[in-house]
Amino acid sequence: MSIVLAVVLCTVVGALGAVILVAASKFMAVEEDPRIEQITGCLAGANCGGCGYAGCADYAKAIVMDGVACDKCAPGGAKSAAAIGKIMGTEVSAVAKKAVVQCQGNKDNCKPSYEYKGIQSCAAAAALYGGPKDCSFACAGFGDCVKACKFDAIHIVNGVAVVDQDKCTGCGACAAVCPKHVIMIQSAGPDKPVVMCSNCDRGPVAMKECATACIACGMCQRNCPSDAIHVTDNLARIDYDKCTGCGTCVAKCPKKIITYPLKKNA
Amino acid sequence: MIVKLAAIFFSMILVNNYVLVKFYGICPFLGVSKKLDSSLGMSAAVIFVMFMSTAVTFPIQIFVLDPADLGYLQTIVFILVIAVLVQFIEIFLKKYMVSLYNALGVYLPLITTNCCVLAVTILVVDDYGADVQTLGFAAAYIESLVCAIGSGVGFMLAMCMFSGVRKRVEVCDAPGPFKGLPITLVAAAITSLSFMGFGGIVESLFNVTL
Repeated sequence: MSIVLAVVLCTVVGALGAVILVAASKFMAVEEDPRIEQITGCLAGANCGGCGYAGCADYAKAIVMDGVACDKCAPGGAKSAAAIGKIMGTEVSAVAKKAVVQCQGNKDNCKPSYEYKGIQSCAAAAALYGGPKDCSFACAGFGDCVKACKFDAIHIVNGVAVVDQDKCTGCGACAAVCPKHVIMIQSAGPDKPVVMCSNCDRGPVAMKECATACIACGMCQRNCPSDAIHVTDNLARIDYDKCTGCGTCVAKCPKKIITYPLKKNA
Repeated sequence: MIVKLAAIFFSMILVNNYVLVKFYGICPFLGVSKKLDSSLGMSAAVIFVMFMSTAVTFPIQIFVLDPADLGYLQTIVFILVIAVLVQFIEIFLKKYMVSLYNALGVYLPLITTNCCVLAVTILVVDDYGADVQTLGFAAAYIESLVCAIGSGVGFMLAMCMFSGVRKRVEVCDAPGPFKGLPITLVAAAITSLSFMGFGGIVESLFNVTL
């Protein structure tokens, strides 16, 4: 008799729960925009957080609910931006974002200032006299960015981080962890030049520290036809709103540190 | 009564901490404790769910299972009830309390049938079920609810403390085979050892026997 009671009790509890849940999902249903699900399908699905939201679904929600721009998914690139644009009914032209390491201070160009034997992490090394290289602005070279990259697109080559542009999705995870802030996310496209140095020391000092340092000579600034490059804090900086990609600075730079890092075989 | 409730509350946090002393809920303890904000969100959800499920399962045990002499169905019925309850809470919050849903939403499904939630509901019946005869249902019910909240707060304490420990462990230069989870487990063991030091403190502090 007691087994019957047990079976009945379990069935009743289960059935009651089922009824409650069905009723709840019916009467308390929250209407979600079907576009949210569609857009989530268009995104890369890496949940990298490069867009600044907690995940792909969160970003899709923000696009529909708050009208956020739909070109923020770096791994999805122009393809997913176009697909989302179609769903949302807006046209977009997105340029693929890529990470660029603004430092070429590898072991040949920039000598070590001391022998570092501590924790093998850029964050720890950078805390000790700005890192173990002569140039205190240089890539520390312990690969915090390599660990942060979900796409195997950045590697330490001869003591300096180098981005594999084919694999890079421009999500910005490397730039976020870099304690030296030498990684920038280039969104201007491959036709615009990049200053491949982050050194803010005065010219003579910079020259001693690294063979590929910006010495703040101002040649680029004087010759730029569109007033797009300026030396501020002893470092040449490009204003991509004005830059036409003419290449004058690339030709004039005496240290040859302004290049087109995103151009194939340039 | 108040002294006893306070003693129950603090003993659940320090002496009988569910994570560090009784070793329940190790999965979220290791999984979600990487960052302080996510461990706080998870613990808030755990406190909430522990309280709600104890509030529901304790009367079920006293008024349904015990009179029908079906105490052995406790586990299966409790799991059913907790699962339904958590699902219901999720739907309810989504509809009526969106801000709370946004804060807890991600963690609620994770703890639907988490062992520490089930453990609280079952152990509360073991500990305070007998008080129904001596003190009456209301007193025993309040005791069990305080115990559930204390367990949740203890969980939160363990999570937040351990997320701090973990921050240090992540940057330490551990030997190769220990990197990652093994060194985290060692750190968890030492944290748990330190909690053994609280043994007996609540009884002598509040001068009661629990």
